Amino acid sequence: MKKLLSLAMATILAFSVAACGSKAPADTEETTTGEAAETTEGAETDSEGAEDTEGTGTAAEGGVLKIGGIGPITGGAAVYGMAVMNAANLAVDEINAAGGINGMQVEFQFEDDEHDAEKSVNAYNTLKDWGMQVLMGTVTSTPCTAVVAKSAEDNMFHLTPSGSAVESIAQPNAFRVCFSDPNQGAASAQYIGENGIATKVAVIYDSSDVYSTGIYEKFSAEAANQGIEIVAAEAFTADSKTDFSVQLQKAKEAAAELVFLPIYYTEASIILTQANGMGFEPIFFGCDGLDGILAVDNFDTALAEGVMLLTPFAADADDEATKSFVTAYQEAYGEIPNQFAADAYDAIYIIKAAAEQAGVTADMSVSDMCEAMKVAMTQITVDGLTGTGITWSEDGEPSKSPKAVVITDGAYAAQ
Amino acid sequence: MKKLSKNTKSNLITYGIVILAYIFCEIFMRTGHMSSLMKGILVPLCVYVILAVSLNLTVGILGELSLGHAGFMCVGAFAGAVFSKCTAEIISVPTVRFIIALLIGVACAGICGVLIGIPVLRLRGDYLAIVTLAFGEIIKNLVNVVYLGLDSNGFHFSMKDAMSLGMEPDGVVIIKGAQGITGTPTDSNFTIGIILVLLTLFIVINLVHSRTGRAIMAIRDNRIAAESIGINITKYKILAFSVSAALSGAAGVLYAHNLSTLTALPKNFGYNMSIMILVFVVLGGIGSIRGSMIAAVVLTLLPELLRSLNEYRMLIYAVVLIATMIFTWSPKAISLRERYSPAKLFHKEEKEVQ
Repeated sequence: MKKLLSLAMATILAFSVAACGSKAPADTEETTTGEAAETTEGAETDSEGAEDTEGTGTAAEGGVLKIGGIGPITGGAAVYGMAVMNAANLAVDEINAAGGINGMQVEFQFEDDEHDAEKSVNAYNTLKDWGMQVLMGTVTSTPCTAVVAKSAEDNMFHLTPSGSAVESIAQPNAFRVCFSDPNQGAASAQYIGENGIATKVAVIYDSSDVYSTGIYEKFSAEAANQGIEIVAAEAFTADSKTDFSVQLQKAKEAAAELVFLPIYYTEASIILTQANGMGFEPIFFGCDGLDGILAVDNFDTALAEGVMLLTPFAADADDEATKSFVTAYQEAYGEIPNQFAADAYDAIYIIKAAAEQAGVTADMSVSDMCEAMKVAMTQITVDGLTGTGITWSEDGEPSKSPKAVVITDGAYAAQ
Repeated sequence: MKKLSKNTKSNLITYGIVILAYIFCEIFMRTGHMSSLMKGILVPLCVYVILAVSLNLTVGILGELSLGHAGFMCVGAFAGAVFSKCTAEIISVPTVRFIIALLIGVACAGICGVLIGIPVLRLRGDYLAIVTLAFGEIIKNLVNVVYLGLDSNGFHFSMKDAMSLGMEPDGVVIIKGAQGITGTPTDSNFTIGIILVLLTLFIVINLVHSRTGRAIMAIRDNRIAAESIGINITKYKILAFSVSAALSGAAGVLYAHNLSTLTALPKNFGYNMSIMILVFVVLGGIGSIRGSMIAAVVLTLLPELLRSLNEYRMLIYAVVLIATMIFTWSPKAISLRERYSPAKLFHKEEKEVQ
């Protein structure tokens, strides 16, 4: 009998934890800043209001547009999913406060995919049950490739903020905000070649990562055209990303003038520290994955001095849009937004622009909406955080120019 | 009417559950009462059921702990997916293409099972578990460095990168190293999945109740005694192990043809997955085919049904795992269950009447 009792207690405990859980975020928000709490409360009442109108069937305000988001908010890639979810919520709240899209209020729901293709398809189906009309996702490339096959079957408008693999938008219904991997690789090689930065280049890349290998492959193809000699191409995998002394030693022995790092900032910070330790001082050049390197804990930012990176977004840029986004994001979530957040924020506004161009209304079917927005995407020009005058071609690729920045005195300086 | 033996009855119940589940799902799907989430999860459910039942053959019937089951699934998945991708334009009937891919996947996984089984099955207990874990990881890592391309000159193979394949301009890269295979035709569906589940059950149940199965169980229960009556230990061990591997290869083929991308991540083909399958088997009851089937279904559905709890769902999932484990395996919980089980109460009354 005791056992039964303890079991029952465990169940009750589990449920009470869940109950506390759903309340906890609201509490923390209230304690951080009063203003942030107010805005979220405002948003809550807004969405409740929207639900009410839907429930009673009186579409006085022009109805509701349901946008779904998919990305990892648990597991190893959670930081990217969280950034996308937060920034998208921020953009949706702003749009709703300003009167919505074509008079429609926007509802946004985000589902977790744990950075797993199978879970991502489950998340997509969950959102479909919820009544999603437009998909903003998925955050990571491999799950995006799996989901795009499903969204194409349903002919649903699909805009990924950061799925950068070529296959991620292989279907006609899909578009993206970020650069594709090959684009970044080619752009990097062109930048190095045209500006005469170096001729002997070593590459250290993550062979288990689509993003990293995608950039590397295109980079080495383009390097030949630019008169760049790749003297060392050293790979590492997700299982061996804590020690890079072997790769650095090889780059040093090959007398590389520049080390190209098409990787994420965590590994790059280790590489910079280790290179400094062995007295190897080439130019380091990276892509948008390096964005965030200055915020790594226990990393001496003096080591990043002179590092060049191509990035569509820098949180400390001084244009008006970036400033107000960074301030709003910091107020709401207490951290500096990264490039993923900027991509997601832009994605919501791009959906808004495309929906307005297409004249989308809430009672349109998902497929009709997609057809209209597909055409509208090739007509619109968007000024966003990740680029100005962005346009799209029919294959879904954005056309925008990457910005090169150099880290000087612990901050990004435009090149 | 001839009275059915206890075993046959139990087996019929197992088949019956699967067929009933299929009929119910089909009715719900046809009448449009099934949510998209459920529709999407039906094929993965079949995959996990096949995996759990096939691992039960190694863990429950052969009595050896294998932690490399996902490795065999990986072999089957990649073999099947490569075939389907190469022949996507040649063979236009999806079902025919899938059946050939299935046979290839099963054969590859089975051969791997034999090759790995010969050295590995010399070990016992913990050592065997560790070595199978290592083999599972080796398979996953090997798949991660393979680049395979196809052009007019035939296949090109490399372990460095896609450029070193040296292909003609018309070539297609089929396996792109760690990025895996993309664009596999999604040939699998729920009906195929259920047929495979039934086939797996048929193979495993018949094997268990055959002369071979009794020999395998004799080895499990007492190796020395089994050897002394002339049972060829190595032969039966490898047989059980490779049948189990081949069946998980079938699950892999089904998995590969459900999504359009296939990558060998720790999450889907690494030890995480192996342990996940082992959890299905242990929670469902080691040696109980029906139990592992039900556990696989429940534990796959649970995280999806808990989606409304947002980030707390994985926590609740873990709590449920622990609670189930206590309920099914703790000696006190077992005695408690026995005392209050309806069958027992009924039985008692019967006795009293007598």
